[in-house]
Amino acid sequence: MQERRCTESGRPDLSVDIAGIHLKNPVMPASGTFGYGEEYAPYLDVEKIGAIVTKGLSLKPKAGNPTPRIAETISGMLNAIGLQNVGVDDFVKYKLPFLREVNTPVIANFFGNTLTEYGEVAKRLSDIPEIAGVELNISCPNVKKGGIVFGTDPAAAAEVVTLVRKNLSKPLIVKLTPNVTDITVIARAVEEAGADAISCINTLTGMAVDVNTRRPRLANRTGGLSGPAIRPVALRMVHQVVQAVKVPVIGVGGIVRPMDAIEFLIVGARAVQVGTANFVDPQAMITIIEGIEEFLIDEGLDDIDQLIGSLEL
Amino acid sequence: MKNYKTIVLSNQEISPGYFRMRLLTPGFSEHARPGQFLMMRVQRSLPPLLRRPFGIFRTGFMPGDCEGMEPKEYTEILYKVVGRGTSIMADLHRGDRVEVLGPLGRGFDAGDPGREKILVGGGIGLVPLYMLADSLKPAGSVRLLMGGRTRDDILAVTEFERLGVETYVSTDDGSLGEEGFVTQVLERKLTKYPRAMVYACGPMPMLDAVYRICRKHSVPLQVSLEALMACGVGACLGCVVKGAGHTEETPRYLCSCKEGPVFRAEQLEWTRLGLEDGYCEGCKS
Repeated sequence: MQERRCTESGRPDLSVDIAGIHLKNPVMPASGTFGYGEEYAPYLDVEKIGAIVTKGLSLKPKAGNPTPRIAETISGMLNAIGLQNVGVDDFVKYKLPFLREVNTPVIANFFGNTLTEYGEVAKRLSDIPEIAGVELNISCPNVKKGGIVFGTDPAAAAEVVTLVRKNLSKPLIVKLTPNVTDITVIARAVEEAGADAISCINTLTGMAVDVNTRRPRLANRTGGLSGPAIRPVALRMVHQVVQAVKVPVIGVGGIVRPMDAIEFLIVGARAVQVGTANFVDPQAMITIIEGIEEFLIDEGLDDIDQLIGSLEL
Repeated sequence: MKNYKTIVLSNQEISPGYFRMRLLTPGFSEHARPGQFLMMRVQRSLPPLLRRPFGIFRTGFMPGDCEGMEPKEYTEILYKVVGRGTSIMADLHRGDRVEVLGPLGRGFDAGDPGREKILVGGGIGLVPLYMLADSLKPAGSVRLLMGGRTRDDILAVTEFERLGVETYVSTDDGSLGEEGFVTQVLERKLTKYPRAMVYACGPMPMLDAVYRICRKHSVPLQVSLEALMACGVGACLGCVVKGAGHTEETPRYLCSCKEGPVFRAEQLEWTRLGLEDGYCEGCKS
């Protein structure tokens, strides 16, 4: 293992390596909660976060689902945006110029409607030097084609990862859905098929009803539940996946405060993604990074590696 | 655009179920334009989880509490208590801490100075029209048509009058002003002032009727929409509305928070706008 030491400033070393992507700290946004980076640039110093994870990209622009698309629930929110995005070509034309100027790694999240499309988008992203790595979405609960269909069956998950791996010359992170009986089966399948890292979890499928109109509160009827309400489920699944695979795991699900992120690191996540909390507090990721650093100082640790996977059973 | 960690200066019930909240916001007013909004984090603990969007009613300066003290720059919102978030807000007092992100979104265009300006407000939809009236007034006459279900829904009319705005009030039950819909008043005014332009904010059925009347009279219309939203900055894509030319086959969504909340009527797909799209009178949370 590479020797680590405190940074020159005497502060703890927060940097981590995810599948060859060097992050100055382990905190990044969850895809779909941070636009293409520039939306939040007026509200936080985006260079301070570990990486920028883009909105999920598809081969062609995608319009997304009808409205209403969001509903608040107890300590969470349901969304059925339906992967609205500008498409990979317009991403390169209109969104990449901003990201190019930002001194932090860019991870492009992407998906396809078909297996062939997954391969084609992977190929195009491969050609973009400014993208440090990609996150493959096989777990969106809000679209009929693609998305979760590939993420709930180990054979289908392995097939799409194998194909993407063939078409991609960059680090490959695969994002898993929690809407399965045993997430470790899927995790092992994608690892064997060539995933360099795993992020888990995506949102949990949920529903809400307006009791006055007796209609679903989302036009799509169901949506993905995110926010603090799902954190214990996410933490349990990250713990399970960390035990099941050798590749690094990125913990996602309801992280709002520094201590939430620290829980995920303790169970073995090498990095975390912050989602819904960005909507509530645009500074949330900065607060979390600072909180992790303070925790390390308080605990007398000079390297985040001493915290990661330190769960006592 | 900034996230203000600030305090409540005052919070008063101005009509049953309607409140006026004044927030300390140094530096806000130089950026705020008529029609823009803010996102408020109601309290630090959960729930509620998400911020709530509110139209900016006005900004200004109030004198310091004691002689010699600096004037305080404030932002004012009017809101209706409709759910958990606004109920918590109604209990806030002077000195309570809140967080405010703003000013956000695109506001109203001043429009052609040669045209009569007619503002149409329905209930809490009146909120974004005050700063607009204030900005339009120096260039000529401004008329406000204000509608509500009952007299309780008619807000802040005297403040518009103080700006020198001619106001016309109508209520569905006739408890204040003329009995009937505000759109009937609009129909009459447009007959009298055919070279007018209209700015409207209110519940979707009202905006829909306003749109049809303006189209009939061939006058330009700008509307301020209210939509469910999580982020307010264009990241979540939860608040989209159907843009002109939208069909199932060729969907065309516009982001209310970033491309709106004020739209020119021709930007929107009116035949497919409707209550099922989740619009609400005021913030229904």
